[in-house]
Amino acid sequence: MIEAILNYELLRNTFITGLLVGLIAPLLGAFIVVRRQALIADGLSHVTLAGIAFGMFLQKQSPVVMLTPFHFGMIFSVAGAIVIEKLRSVYQGFQEIAIPIIHSLGVGLAIIFIALANGINTDIFTYLFGSVAAISRKDLILISITAVVVVIFVFILYKKLLALSFDEEFARVSGIRARTVHYVFVILVALVIAASIRIVGVLLVSALMTLPVATSMRVAKSFKQTIWYSILYGEAAVIIGLVSGYYLEIPPGGTIVMTASILLGLTLLVKKINGSGKRGGERS
Amino acid sequence: MAKPLVTVRNVFHRYDQHDVLENVSFDVDEGSFVGLVGPNGSGKTTIIKLILGIEKLQEGSIEIFGKPVQQFKNRGHISFVSQKANSFNRGFPATAREVVGMGLSDKTTFFQSSKKNDKRIIKALTHVNMQEFADRNIGDLSGGQQQRIFIARALVSQPELLILDEPTVGIDTDNVQQFYQLLSKLNKELGITLLLVSHDIGTITTQVNDLLCLNKTIHYHGDPGEFEQLSNEERSRFYGHDLHVITHDH
Ligand SMILES: Nc1ncnc2c1ncn2[C@@H]1O[C@H](COP(=O)(O)OP(=O)(O)OP(=O)(O)O)[C@@H](O)[C@H]1O
Ligand SMILES: [Mg+2]
Repeated sequence: MIEAILNYELLRNTFITGLLVGLIAPLLGAFIVVRRQALIADGLSHVTLAGIAFGMFLQKQSPVVMLTPFHFGMIFSVAGAIVIEKLRSVYQGFQEIAIPIIHSLGVGLAIIFIALANGINTDIFTYLFGSVAAISRKDLILISITAVVVVIFVFILYKKLLALSFDEEFARVSGIRARTVHYVFVILVALVIAASIRIVGVLLVSALMTLPVATSMRVAKSFKQTIWYSILYGEAAVIIGLVSGYYLEIPPGGTIVMTASILLGLTLLVKKINGSGKRGGERS
Repeated sequence: MAKPLVTVRNVFHRYDQHDVLENVSFDVDEGSFVGLVGPNGSGKTTIIKLILGIEKLQEGSIEIFGKPVQQFKNRGHISFVSQKANSFNRGFPATAREVVGMGLSDKTTFFQSSKKNDKRIIKALTHVNMQEFADRNIGDLSGGQQQRIFIARALVSQPELLILDEPTVGIDTDNVQQFYQLLSKLNKELGITLLLVSHDIGTITTQVNDLLCLNKTIHYHGDPGEFEQLSNEERSRFYGHDLHVITHDH
């Protein structure tokens, strides 16, 4: 495969994208999980799908449209994120209701645009399940910029994000501008989801953001360790998943998520075996 | 000598149609240890939230360090231990050290572990006698230990004013005594002005040097010793409620 990666640009782009996504998806995933917003990724990925289908529909109407379906996916995802944050402040008491609203809206729009854009075709298929050879150089550049932006923002906002996730009231009292930070965060999540979709597909983006974190939380002793281990598990899942997907000719979404699940299962098992003898292995 | 850190003047507050505060006025003087007591639902948390700026002021004025609360930017001058501090997510993967670090008001980034911050965190943990627990998971500590961590988080920014909203809930009586010793040390040795909310007036009157009884409005403001001397009926009247005084004789 190494040779193929060196020789085929699309494959190479996919591999680099995979490495980037394996970093940024679990990085934001760690915050999503501790904020109990694990479902947000599912909601936004379906909004992204609606954008992609919209882009395909436009392309069919006039082939000269400058923006690709991928671009529309990103735009829709960010717009969806902003709507979620707005809805969250409207429904103060039941903030989680924003996510199913946006999720169903995304699916509804996606169905309509897919139908208008000629129904299910192979293109849509690669967006749903991921693909090992779908990333153009332009997409790669956009995804790389996204990754850099995400890493910089998390780096700068790290303590504010952590404080807000742990105890919003205290964070606000100590002078953190909660609304602004929430907006920035949810927009970053939207960008990461759109970037990850090419590799793992719409249906499994949320798994890449949450499974490595779920695994990591069983072994990490601090929040910072949770982030590091999440990235480690995320990268392992992406690398093993992409390579096996390539050889088995299976869309990588399936192989990546299966790898992440196996890592989770193994970790839980090892924890259980180690924890049964001495105290402190398990936290209840 | 005593200049007021907080000035509350003619504050009224309502939620929906429901009046919660009526014409509340008082000062919190620098260096004092103020107790704010009142029955459930008397508006204690509400007035605290107004002072902290997390509830919007509707009527009246509140000044913090001489600045209207609406313009006051908190950079660690005021700190807070919430009534709900203990209701955080138990599984949250953070250590006591990380939780205390959340109270640092400077712009720390991901690689925050600067020597200076670490020192401040350890110092705050030492004040509450929890330095050995720095690397324990916050969810693994007992309720009283968690409470101490939250106080350390409030202390780490070296505040001039510390506001505590019913911090003794869920702490057993032995530890309550220790807890008051800790507060008194913060007040006397570190010179931190304290505003302590409680509905256990029996204990609080023996600890604070300024007592406020709130029930919609301020019914008593003054010396806690004098309050102790009052007859039961008078106290009930000031408290604005039938009172079951839990007397703590030592
Ligand atoms: N966000 C809110 N919306 C509507 N009503 C509220 C809200 N917060 C408080 N109240 C009402 O305002 C009144 C005062 O509440 P507050 O929390 O200030 O009381 P408290 O003195 O702190 O009581 P406790 O001793 O139980 O903590 C109560 O009747 C309460 O029901
Ligand atoms: Mg209260």
